Amino acid sequence: MLVLSLVLAACSQTAKPPTSSVSPSVAGGEKPAPGGTLTFIVNAEPPSYDGHRETTFALLHPIAPHYSLLYKFDPNDLTKVTPDLAAEMPQASADKLTITVKLRQDVKFHDGTALTSEDVKATYDKIIFPPTGVLSPRAGAYAVVSAVNAPEKYTIEFKLKYPSASFQTNLASPWNFIYSAAKLKGDIKFYEKNVMGTGPFSYDGNTKGQDWKGKKNADYFGKDKDGAKLPYLDAYKALIITDSNAGVTAIRSKQAMIEFRGFTPQQRDDLSRALPNDLAIQENPWICVNYVVPNTQKKPFDDPRVRRALSLAVDRWVGGEALSKTTIVKDVGGLMRPKGPFAQSDTELVKIAGFGKDGKANKDAAKALLAAAGVPNLSFKFLNRNISTPYEPVAVYLINEWKQVGITATHDVKETSPYQADLRAGNFEVALDFNCDFLDEPDLQLAKFWSASKAGKGLNFAYYDDTKLDGMIDAQSRETDPAKRIQLVGAIEKYAMDEMAYQYPVLWWYRIIPYLNTVRGWKIGSNHYTNQDLATVWLAKK
Amino acid sequence: MRRYIFGRLLLMIPTLVGVAILTFVIMRAVPGDIVALRYAGSNVPQEIIDQERHLLGLDKPLWVQFTDWMGSISRLDLGQSLWTGNSVVDEVQVRMPLSIELAVLATLFAVVLAIPLGVIAAVKQDTWVDYAIRVFSIGGLAMPSFWIGIMMVLITLTLWGWAPPVVFTPLFEDPVANLAGLILPAIAVGYRYSAVSMRMTRSTVLEVLREDYVRTARAKGLRETLVVVRHALRNALLPVVTVVSLEFAFLIGGLVVTEQVFNLNGIGKLLVDAVAHRDYTLVQALVLLLAAVFVLVNFIVDMVYVVLDPRIRYS
Repeated sequence: MLVLSLVLAACSQTAKPPTSSVSPSVAGGEKPAPGGTLTFIVNAEPPSYDGHRETTFALLHPIAPHYSLLYKFDPNDLTKVTPDLAAEMPQASADKLTITVKLRQDVKFHDGTALTSEDVKATYDKIIFPPTGVLSPRAGAYAVVSAVNAPEKYTIEFKLKYPSASFQTNLASPWNFIYSAAKLKGDIKFYEKNVMGTGPFSYDGNTKGQDWKGKKNADYFGKDKDGAKLPYLDAYKALIITDSNAGVTAIRSKQAMIEFRGFTPQQRDDLSRALPNDLAIQENPWICVNYVVPNTQKKPFDDPRVRRALSLAVDRWVGGEALSKTTIVKDVGGLMRPKGPFAQSDTELVKIAGFGKDGKANKDAAKALLAAAGVPNLSFKFLNRNISTPYEPVAVYLINEWKQVGITATHDVKETSPYQADLRAGNFEVALDFNCDFLDEPDLQLAKFWSASKAGKGLNFAYYDDTKLDGMIDAQSRETDPAKRIQLVGAIEKYAMDEMAYQYPVLWWYRIIPYLNTVRGWKIGSNHYTNQDLATVWLAKK
Repeated sequence: MRRYIFGRLLLMIPTLVGVAILTFVIMRAVPGDIVALRYAGSNVPQEIIDQERHLLGLDKPLWVQFTDWMGSISRLDLGQSLWTGNSVVDEVQVRMPLSIELAVLATLFAVVLAIPLGVIAAVKQDTWVDYAIRVFSIGGLAMPSFWIGIMMVLITLTLWGWAPPVVFTPLFEDPVANLAGLILPAIAVGYRYSAVSMRMTRSTVLEVLREDYVRTARAKGLRETLVVVRHALRNALLPVVTVVSLEFAFLIGGLVVTEQVFNLNGIGKLLVDAVAHRDYTLVQALVLLLAAVFVLVNFIVDMVYVVLDPRIRYS
């Protein structure tokens, strides 16, 4: 067996190099073929079935196809928001304090009842003003809302406390499944264990820990640009496969067609070699990033010079190139996703400490700062999560970079639960934190930067309080002119990552989706949360 | 005998209570909890974390949590998974048939392989046959079953583009699909398992073959096959039965990595996920359940001894 495995390994080494192709689904020009069952992988099991309550993609991938949202991201252009249950884009009043949404009048729940504004009101009331005993982790994202009204049968109205730049886009949050008011009235927790929406697929059963099935909703309201009814698929089946290598095996043996979160470069290359004629690959920068978080409550990390030195010591440009070959990080960026709508240009970015391209000069500056702060031979424990992709390789790279300026960091790897417990208790010196969002939106990506004792409680693990920074974040949130907002965000980056060097990104993640090329009509986006209702996905016949 | 059986059954209670206390304490001693994990990486404010802890009863004093749990157990209520909110019985019910079937298949494979080969090795002691069987069995001990599993999947994938089904099909729904899913893991696990039993069979048969009554049987002119099977093997089986039974009990919940490799939705994977999630109720219930399986299997083995060896009498 050993000999055979060596022979197999040798064979795979000599196979032709991986191909990186653009999916036919994106190329367009084909007429979608109806029918078939899409089989895809989800690498975790959803805790409950309630999108309002959970925060994991493992809920969205199998369950999102059962639901509709008020707005969603356009499957053909994932940077744009398009109406879903809404009949048109939202209308803002002159003072920008009332947002009115007209609803479609042809929508039915899977139990046959018609959807009205009462359902949308009940849904958003549950999300924004949850009753006692109901958890809504994203209620804070809608703190700007003072009331949700249903003035007419098909009109919904959001009253805002102040004009908000992000509110309208937040209506496309993939978590905000629209629920039935009647079901919520009967039992506010009905959706934790039941599924009943207006989405393209109705619930067709699941086996705990194994799979989740949906079948075509014949009454779905959606149509494609040619007027054909959606969805194209007859059904879908989500396979719960927690081990990523077992996931690769499932695609390689064609038992699964796609996994929507992502694979490593190595796994992509393995699949490319094994399925040279059957594989398509889509790749995209990801709104996920690891942060280096010095605990400002512990010495010497209360000194901005030390924190800045930690950032300066890391050559992100070289790291991005090297690490992107083995793990899922690639691009260098500030607090906003590189190449995203709020990202700074590289010319501006390189002016921030630790983001310049002259690695040697940066390291010299780091040494000087450490000497000035009286800790030329700084040593600390570096708290990290025991996840190999990408936490461990990123941490190993950081530790090596720090070593070159005389810093000794001990890699303190912990399982997720104790790692989280240490983060939340402030029981660490420097940690590798992370963040993923569904949207390029400063209000989301800056949530960790609010003062730790105020809006950043439980989010800001650098544990600083800074009223100036709070004011800057608040100001950008209220600024409705996009150009001015970008400038405000740039100033925040300069202040938070350079001047105060509170916490800073290492490298932004890079999403890689290798999948069977019979899957069409799905386009990769900058996150693994949106574009998952599968309404436009279809299967090409081979 | 009846009194002995009754006494043994009663003794199971303090054993299981001890296991329950230990599991409760160990789980609470492990840092981190389910709520921090549930919202890991999400921008969830602290008050949500606190509310969730309250809803799950994790903010109660430990002794209250323990007495609540023991109260439920005494009513045969194993509680609800903190992670999914489903009853523990539902969670276990889905996975148990797979775990039992895999354990049975692996045991069958192991026994069918181990006992004949063990006997042959003993009878042909120090010949090339014995050496070959010993090398084969040492191979089984040296290679972890998950590695054997990975190799088997790689080989079938590379040569035939086939891998075992990633979804479990119940035996009575489709026996072929069921077997296709379980045959490779059963072989991977059964090989290691057979190696242990094979070596045990060989050494006990060797020992018995030197006994006086075997010499007597041979002196009476019995055929060698009869001597080995009827006189030697039957008496050599006692330790083998113990090893096989305990391995079987272990297989019900112990095939964690193998279940990962083959994506089998079994009890082992459920237990590891529950530990990783700090799903206290589920872990406590599963450990209790697995302990009960061990205790019960031990009891059954003791009863089987009476059948195998008429000299053994319990009173």
